[in-house]
Amino acid sequence: MTYEEVIFYVIAVPTVVGAIGVVTARNVVHSALFLILSLLAVAGVFILLAAEFLAIVQVLIYGGAVTILVLFAMMLTRVRDLPAALDGPQRPFAALAAGIFMGISILSVVSTEWPGETEEINVISIEQIGNELFTTWSVPFEIASLVLMVALLGAIILARGEEGE
Amino acid sequence: MIPINNFLVLSAILFSLGIYGVLARRNAVLILMSVELMLQAVAINFIAFAVYLSPDQFTGVIFAIFVITIAAAEVGLALAIILRLYRNKATANVDEADIMKW
Repeated sequence: MTYEEVIFYVIAVPTVVGAIGVVTARNVVHSALFLILSLLAVAGVFILLAAEFLAIVQVLIYGGAVTILVLFAMMLTRVRDLPAALDGPQRPFAALAAGIFMGISILSVVSTEWPGETEEINVISIEQIGNELFTTWSVPFEIASLVLMVALLGAIILARGEEGE
Repeated sequence: MIPINNFLVLSAILFSLGIYGVLARRNAVLILMSVELMLQAVAINFIAFAVYLSPDQFTGVIFAIFVITIAAAEVGLALAIILRLYRNKATANVDEADIMKW
């Protein structure tokens, strides 16, 4: 095992442990904290893949904004005060479905010969990403900004409620 | 050198845990967090394929950026809907929001 693989496992184990915590924790706030652990570990995976721009974006958007939003929603909907169980009676079926999916996908990954696999990771610089994003992908980029604006306006209108309510 | 299979297996495990969370949880906020896990798995897959399999094009990285953008929009909108649900029905459990079920 090379030292790179050791680093990979050091990062992959917190990712999986955090994900297991998210889906099994009995306390919703613990669940959100496990989500932060998992998302930051995924940022580490992005750095291992030499995508440092995405790692920065990951820490900013997921580590900061998304988890804060989720914690706010938990506070406002008072999930903790409600006595109802967090898991439904369908838990065994969910475990079965997820297990079958995991088995099939891992088997297909292991048994596939990836064509054109390189020995070295191709480092993709931020400059290259910027050039590509504003030339080849400029129309999808604009559509994505439009989607963001519409979604956030919709969120404001939905959360504010109707007049005289 | 890390083989590409390591990243793909990690992504498959994350995605399956997300599926389990979406199916087993009853609270809408927890379901949303499981969906986030699945989106992360997809982003890992895109970037792994981009850096290992296509040296000249890096469409995977661009796609991962779009995945993160859409996920941010989705979280904002979904949390607003959950707040609305809580205000109308005093619960955030998805199996109690059954007005459209018959």
